[in-house]
Amino acid sequence: MADQPIVVVRDLAKLYRQGDINVTALNGVSVDIRAGEFVVLMGPSGSGKSTLLHIIAGIDRPTSGQVSVQGINVAELNESELASWRNQNVGFVFQSFNLIPVLTAEENVELPLMLTALSRKERRNQVRRALELVGLGDRCHHLPKQMSGGQEQRVAIARALVTDPPLIVADEPTGNLDAKSATDVLNILQSLSRNAGKTVIMVTHDPKAAAFGSRQLHLEKGEIVA
Amino acid sequence: MTLLGFIAKNGLRNRRRAMLSVGSVAVSLFLLVTLLTLIREFTVPPEDVGASLRLVVRNKVSLAQPLPSRQLPVLDKIPGVIAVTPFTFFGGKFRDESFTSFAQFAVDPPRFTNLFVESRSPPKEIDAWIHDRTSCLVGMATMKRYGLNVGDRMKLTGTFYPCDLDLKIVATYEGSMDDRNVFFHHKYLDELTGNPGTIGTWWLRVASAGDAPRVIAQVNRAFENTSAEVRAETERAFQMSFVSMWGNIKVLVGSICTVVVFTLMLVTISTMSMAIRERFRELAILKALGFRRREIFSFILAESFGLAAAGGLVGIGGAWCFWHFINIQELTNGFLVYFEVTPRTMARAAVVATVLGVVSAIGPSLAVARTSVVQGLKTLD
Repeated sequence: MADQPIVVVRDLAKLYRQGDINVTALNGVSVDIRAGEFVVLMGPSGSGKSTLLHIIAGIDRPTSGQVSVQGINVAELNESELASWRNQNVGFVFQSFNLIPVLTAEENVELPLMLTALSRKERRNQVRRALELVGLGDRCHHLPKQMSGGQEQRVAIARALVTDPPLIVADEPTGNLDAKSATDVLNILQSLSRNAGKTVIMVTHDPKAAAFGSRQLHLEKGEIVA
Repeated sequence: MTLLGFIAKNGLRNRRRAMLSVGSVAVSLFLLVTLLTLIREFTVPPEDVGASLRLVVRNKVSLAQPLPSRQLPVLDKIPGVIAVTPFTFFGGKFRDESFTSFAQFAVDPPRFTNLFVESRSPPKEIDAWIHDRTSCLVGMATMKRYGLNVGDRMKLTGTFYPCDLDLKIVATYEGSMDDRNVFFHHKYLDELTGNPGTIGTWWLRVASAGDAPRVIAQVNRAFENTSAEVRAETERAFQMSFVSMWGNIKVLVGSICTVVVFTLMLVTISTMSMAIRERFRELAILKALGFRRREIFSFILAESFGLAAAGGLVGIGGAWCFWHFINIQELTNGFLVYFEVTPRTMARAAVVATVLGVVSAIGPSLAVARTSVVQGLKTLD
């Protein structure tokens, strides 16, 4: 595991406006995450863990503070630059899988590669490798509705790593899964961190899931408390 | 997977809705093409090759005012005029019909045959017509409509002439722009009306289209300051003067066209908005995966355009096929002779379909662009 931090967060704040009320989601959060770490963000609902994850992943913007990933200040990128940056640097895994229902497993995984200059054949090879890595090499042509929840989530993981991004963010990836499927998914994420050198940041409520991480960060009321 | 395949799969994910949307666009565009063609038929009279060489001379006061038949020798002598015939509308009712369902004109048969050279008739029949004072020449459309045969008699009840006609059908014609009309001898009408020495209009044929302006000027000048001043004009201008009587109908049909397009626009925008709204979350995922606003807009635009294009293809193509193969004279009981869906009309409808595709993509695209990934992910499926 390299010592150089891949994610540097400094004095991060995020304020929301809900009607007439200002809500502080993050309040002066600072944290370093090293390459290859499997960091678990824990905390009660509304503690700001998902917001922190979204800002690090570049799908939300901070009110103030700095977020740097691999030396790039994400908050300074414009919408278009940020989209390209996400495509090349971040893999997403969501609680509800978020696969496109009309596309097969193979096509869902191929989606992020549509934005690259790879040929069709190269894309297909990369997709097959990603699906085999999550143990779904034989399910390429299945639609999401033809798969179990655990399999759907594994397809989502394949989609997250098909572009070979250094950072994988997972927002409660086991929230909709049974215990067996959850363990499979967590094993894959752990393996990606340990064996492939990917930096994984995962949000979860589940202490058992958190145990798979290499480091846990606890948030409360928008601040890291442990 | 190709981008086109991705767009097609999205567009057809709810097949029933996609088919219904294509159907609504198709039906609306069919109606639009039909209405545009109707306007065209009302405003642009059909023209044949001879029309550019024909002139119509009528009383300057009004078309209803007759002209003296003594004007004929003067017209004959005007340089450039190669044929002149009287052309008097009879307006009789056939059989027990309550209105004049086809036009009848009193003409000078030998002169008439030099004027309308594009219609086809057996020479023997024409000869028989010229030599039988009570005979008539009948268009094939009318022959077919009433199941008439050469040799039959045609009795016409006068409506504004105080006489009835009892004509023998000896000749038929076809290949003109209006094969419904009946032509008979002016001498026969003169006899029945007591030789009043008047005719309805003069129809002239000039040697070349280039002669027309000069001949028109000369004809008008020839009868200046006489008891029957005339107004000469081209056949097209004459036809257009009838068209002007349709004025309000044109506005009415045009208004219906506007309503059709507007309603179509609302339906398509609504369909696209619903289709995109239920995929907000998926579009947010695409944004998270790195798709930019312009790419998302392209997807929506392509889907919307595909919907409008498919509807356009079915509607415009269907209208062309329908009106091309149907017998419009039979369908309208002789009211319309031609109903041609022109390339120009189809192009106008295609432009409407294109605009429809683009406009209906704008709203949903803006909504998606304004929504952040996080907001989109929070959207319920």
